[in-house]
Amino acid sequence: MKKLKLFALISSLLVTSALADELLNASYDPTREFYQEFNSAFAKQWKQQTGKSLRVKQSHGGSGKQARSVIDGLSADVVTLALSGDIDSIAQQANLLPKDWQAKFPNNSSPYTSTIVFVVRKGNPKGIKDWGDLIQSGTKVITPNPKTSGGARWNYLAAWAYAARKFGGDQAKVKEYIRALYQNVPVLDTGARGSTTTFAQRGLGDVLLSWENEAHLIEKEFPGKTQIIIPSISILAEPPVAVVEKNAKKHGTEELAKAYLAYLYSEEAQDIAGRNFYRPRSAAALAKWSQNFPKINLVTIDQEFGGWVKAQKIHFDDGGTFDQVYSKR
Amino acid sequence: MRHRSATTESPWVRRLLIGVAVFIISVFLLLPLAAVFAEAFRKGWEIFLASLHEEAALSAIKLTLIAAGISVPLNTLFGVSAAWLITKFRFRGRSFLLALIDLPFAVSPVIAGLVWVLLFGAKGWLGPWLEQHDIRIIFALPGIVIATMFVTFPFVARELIPLMETQGSDQEEAAIILGARGWQVFFRVTLPNIKWGLLYGVLLCNARAMGEFGAVSVVSGHIRGETNTLPLHVEVLYNEYQFSAAFACATLLAFLALVTLGIKSAVEHLTGHQSSNHQ
Repeated sequence: MKKLKLFALISSLLVTSALADELLNASYDPTREFYQEFNSAFAKQWKQQTGKSLRVKQSHGGSGKQARSVIDGLSADVVTLALSGDIDSIAQQANLLPKDWQAKFPNNSSPYTSTIVFVVRKGNPKGIKDWGDLIQSGTKVITPNPKTSGGARWNYLAAWAYAARKFGGDQAKVKEYIRALYQNVPVLDTGARGSTTTFAQRGLGDVLLSWENEAHLIEKEFPGKTQIIIPSISILAEPPVAVVEKNAKKHGTEELAKAYLAYLYSEEAQDIAGRNFYRPRSAAALAKWSQNFPKINLVTIDQEFGGWVKAQKIHFDDGGTFDQVYSKR
Repeated sequence: MRHRSATTESPWVRRLLIGVAVFIISVFLLLPLAAVFAEAFRKGWEIFLASLHEEAALSAIKLTLIAAGISVPLNTLFGVSAAWLITKFRFRGRSFLLALIDLPFAVSPVIAGLVWVLLFGAKGWLGPWLEQHDIRIIFALPGIVIATMFVTFPFVARELIPLMETQGSDQEEAAIILGARGWQVFFRVTLPNIKWGLLYGVLLCNARAMGEFGAVSVVSGHIRGETNTLPLHVEVLYNEYQFSAAFACATLLAFLALVTLGIKSAVEHLTGHQSSNHQ
């Protein structure tokens, strides 16, 4: 009798999990709020379309760390990371998705874009206006670790792009600038959210190099404490998305995963992106939220650095420029 | 008649030392504890209860209880048998075993997590085989249980070994001479002798199992509502600016610690031992 009851309990658990579709999205740090909203919008849409309820599970962390986890076996159906280099390494090292993954969705598989801005304390007591001000002695800069964080790599490259222009491409001087910049960094957190907490909650540092959306989130969570500074130049960040095809095939979620990512390009999702301070691709959504997105002089990773594969190798792999400047502190 | 003091220090030295001790305890122990509770209740009871009742929090509590529920009994079983083996018998490799038991204490929790990723991760030694047979260990419940077990491995054995060492094996030998058999000796003689020490070890083991962060963080994968234990959930909430919710979950952990300490002092009171005798 007892056995029968147990059996009934177990089978009922199995049945309920079979009725609801499940999807695991491994994402980077600052997207928590965006995907929370997007997931419920998509679940509604999926229910209408298929009659099935959907549970999207989220895992968040530094972009590089998340890629590492997927390589190590975190069975995510989709990855929505901070930069294509991280999805490239999943494709290269674990063969979980085809190498041409970035051609599967429009706009380089990046449904929204972002950029890097500065966040300073209210009133900007250190008078920080541009990248050049970050290397003044006594200015403490908060940015995460480029080895583990995607946002940190965008920060690094944006600083590099500024210095390359300022010093007319003189590599030695550019490196000197980057070294001076990282000399002013008291702590390297593993992810962008960690750095945000370090700056906003723990009150460390004079300036935070931050995702644009994260900067607005700080203003929302800590009203009147900080202000956003737009530097003279920054970088166009294209956070990409991809179906981890091998995992999705194993779970039988290929169609669902594809539909999930495709829905990121819908007007509804683009509107949610704009509300959460991601720059939408859709012209309508961009126009609606245009007051959130000042015009910034943006370089792109392809034009400036020859794409992520090259940038990753030159700057962030072992022995790259980051290792060179950071180890010689 | 004058009371004779046990120490020779003058009264003001004693007062100074007591004052220093009280000050340090207040700053390092009581203040943080008070802060946890104050933050948790800052937005009122409703928010406090709601944040414990939320789906992800409930799943984190459940996962923590499951992980501790599996690892503590297994470690108890292991701890008792290891202590029995080490203290009642003399054999080659005994001191090596003794040192090995301490390994989880010596190793950083991050390493304790990473070794399992190296073994069971998709790129690890056993990864391809596990994948072929569709067995998931890392980033799932088994990995969390294994990491918890590894970290809490020494607690019971470490508690029992000194205790059993001082007790010696005279009583067991007497029991055998009087005709008791192996299991009878264990349940009738050894176990009653060590029961308080055992309980104390189990309590410590449980407290650590529920509170472990580092090793579990490495193998968890941080899937919300699925592989986040209570300590990991606290971190997630903190990173999402849900400070009240984060501290509400932290109070659960703090509460657990207080209950553990309460039971521990009750145990000490019952046995009339000071905790230092157990170490």
